[in-house]
Amino acid sequence: MIDKLRLIIKREYLAKVRNKSFIVMTILSPILIVGMIVLIAFLTDINDNEKRVISVLNQSDFFEREFTATKNTSYVQFDNISLDEAKDSTISLGYYGLIYLPFGKDLEQVAKGAYLFTQDNPNTNVIGGLENIFQKSLRQKRLEGLGVSSKQFSSIEKRFELNLASFDGEKSVKGINEIKAFIGGVFGYAIMMFIIIYGGFVMRSVIEEKTSRIIEVIIASVKPFQLMLGKIIGTSLAGITQFAIWIVSASLLLFISMLVFKIDLSALSGEASLAAPGIQGMPQLDSEMMLYAKEIVNIPWALLISSFLVYFILGYLIYSSIYAAIGAAVDNETDTQQFIFPIILPLMLAIYVGFFSVFSNPHGPIAVGFSLFPLTSPIVMLMRLPGGIGEGGVPLWQLLLSITLLIVTFLGIVSLAAKIYRIGILMYGKRPTYKELFKWLRY
Amino acid sequence: MDDILVAKNVSKAYGDYTALNNISLKIPKNCIYGLLGPNGAGKTTFIRIINQIIYQDAGEVIFDGKPLSPSHIAHIGYLPEERGLYKSMKVGEQALYLAQLKGLSKSEAKKRLEFWFERLQIGDWWNKKIQELSKGMAQKIQFIVTVLHEPKLLIFDEPFSGFDPINANIIKDEILQLKEKGTSIIFSTHRMESVEELCEYIALIHKSEKILDGKLSEIKKAYKNNVFNVGLEVEQDAHAFLKVLEDKFNIRSPRFDTAENQLDFTLQLPSNRTSEVIAELSKKANINRFEETIPSANDIFIQTVNKKDNDR
Repeated sequence: MIDKLRLIIKREYLAKVRNKSFIVMTILSPILIVGMIVLIAFLTDINDNEKRVISVLNQSDFFEREFTATKNTSYVQFDNISLDEAKDSTISLGYYGLIYLPFGKDLEQVAKGAYLFTQDNPNTNVIGGLENIFQKSLRQKRLEGLGVSSKQFSSIEKRFELNLASFDGEKSVKGINEIKAFIGGVFGYAIMMFIIIYGGFVMRSVIEEKTSRIIEVIIASVKPFQLMLGKIIGTSLAGITQFAIWIVSASLLLFISMLVFKIDLSALSGEASLAAPGIQGMPQLDSEMMLYAKEIVNIPWALLISSFLVYFILGYLIYSSIYAAIGAAVDNETDTQQFIFPIILPLMLAIYVGFFSVFSNPHGPIAVGFSLFPLTSPIVMLMRLPGGIGEGGVPLWQLLLSITLLIVTFLGIVSLAAKIYRIGILMYGKRPTYKELFKWLRY
Repeated sequence: MDDILVAKNVSKAYGDYTALNNISLKIPKNCIYGLLGPNGAGKTTFIRIINQIIYQDAGEVIFDGKPLSPSHIAHIGYLPEERGLYKSMKVGEQALYLAQLKGLSKSEAKKRLEFWFERLQIGDWWNKKIQELSKGMAQKIQFIVTVLHEPKLLIFDEPFSGFDPINANIIKDEILQLKEKGTSIIFSTHRMESVEELCEYIALIHKSEKILDGKLSEIKKAYKNNVFNVGLEVEQDAHAFLKVLEDKFNIRSPRFDTAENQLDFTLQLPSNRTSEVIAELSKKANINRFEETIPSANDIFIQTVNKKDNDR
């Protein structure tokens, strides 16, 4: 029995890894992904390095020191020329634009009469930066009018940050929940991708056995369930091989290309902060960095990785046995569409619910519900788990209930899928309806 | 114990559709047993039950004296009607895989495969992929894989479909040789000419029921209806002689050949007692042919199926 299963697994594995398109995908994907990252980094770099020069024609007595060069913008002062001359010079010098400050008796009046002249529509960042300069001066002036000195003013302006700590007194940092959920999300996302890619492989492999008509030859020797199981395991081993090759070669390539192109990946931090919205205004202090590092080290990695394995194996087996049943029910791949959508749906739902709901409140009712529901729990629970188990994290009963439900569902779905598979592989001809599939369950 | 397979009251339904209704059969050892019936009669369902691909709802199947069990799979070889091979897999590798699934060790499988490849002169196909072979070539591989583990019972479902006449003949000879070596063979088909040639026993399945079974020669005997082909050499006036005979016997389709003085006709007798008739004929003519017509399997098939349909 076990010998036959091993034979089937071996054949499925070899058939997959020797497949030409599989080999091409294995080699090409890391190159494409790394190429993409390098390209994005490169483009971001170019975009940020655009230097702007803005000329300033100041006919007022104010704003003498306010226009100072920043990283991307520098200012050139025009003196003793008319506005038209200033405009012409700005154009002929190829500057980005011209700031015009008219003569006025007070700051308010000057600010009101100020203009930015540009060739094209100005960039919102530029406008925002300039508006800030005016805003700051105006506010200071107005406060001075109320009797606040400039020294007092700068003390008012000092940024305030709320101290965060957990109840047991440990210091905490902003955005750490999002970072944690993000880390869990990476695991969950990996599970989803794996299910969609390799579940599809299982399905196509079943269809191939049907269309080549070898299926009856084989199930005269082995039980249909053995064949299905062997196929799922063999395909997933091939998948794990491919994933492993991808991770190793992609990181290697990334490392090499960073050395070769001297690309600073921190240029991509914009991307990272999109994914984890809480960490804008990156902590500058080393002590704060230490806190982040500590929090990340404090993520229960052993728990997370072992739960990942449990959820990955069960989740993958549930979904891939459904894929196998679909493959058995149809005669060709075009007929699979109507059945595939309902499978993808809970996966997509899990990812979206995960990113929207778990990020903001990892232990809210929606997050809890979806992390218990077996078709979404492999993804959603993994997003919650980096917070740990017990106080402040996922209650232990929830984790146990979630895994129990998953196991029960696994047994139920696999036996249903095996029934459909057993009947379906011997059915040729028309595409079955859901009603017929239901009938097969009773054969 | 003289039967390799006994089916007792086997029934199988798919939902509301009855595929097999109370089928009982005995398949003797070391013979070729024809399982006949129109398309959709239930032959394939019965064969799948023997192969434990599906299970009967009621009834019992005895294999070689014991209730059919998964361990018997290694003793059964099955060539399904819907058959094929992995297209992108190499011939040798694939044959080894299928043989190992039947329980052969890798080295044993390889040894036997070399023997068979040699025997059917396909030794140089080992490293070819199935998709590079013609349909007939793939069928040869399929045949080898079916018989490789030397099963006690071989089941061929329409074995000759997909073969050209030359290769069909090669396969037919191989089947006969396997029978000589002691293998029991179930041969499912609706092509009657191969039944006549190969089968000692037949069972006729129609609309999920067995309507006839037994030894082919005995069935034929039972289906004889005392019709004889007669050829006479007549010396006097053949027409007058025929007239005399027609008064006495039921004669059909007479034919004269005046140049040869030859008179041929078909004779229907009330019983199979022929001595009286022969005596009568030999008085006035020289009998050069007197032969009972034996119904072909095809006639029996059509006759039984039609009768069954009319009975309903």
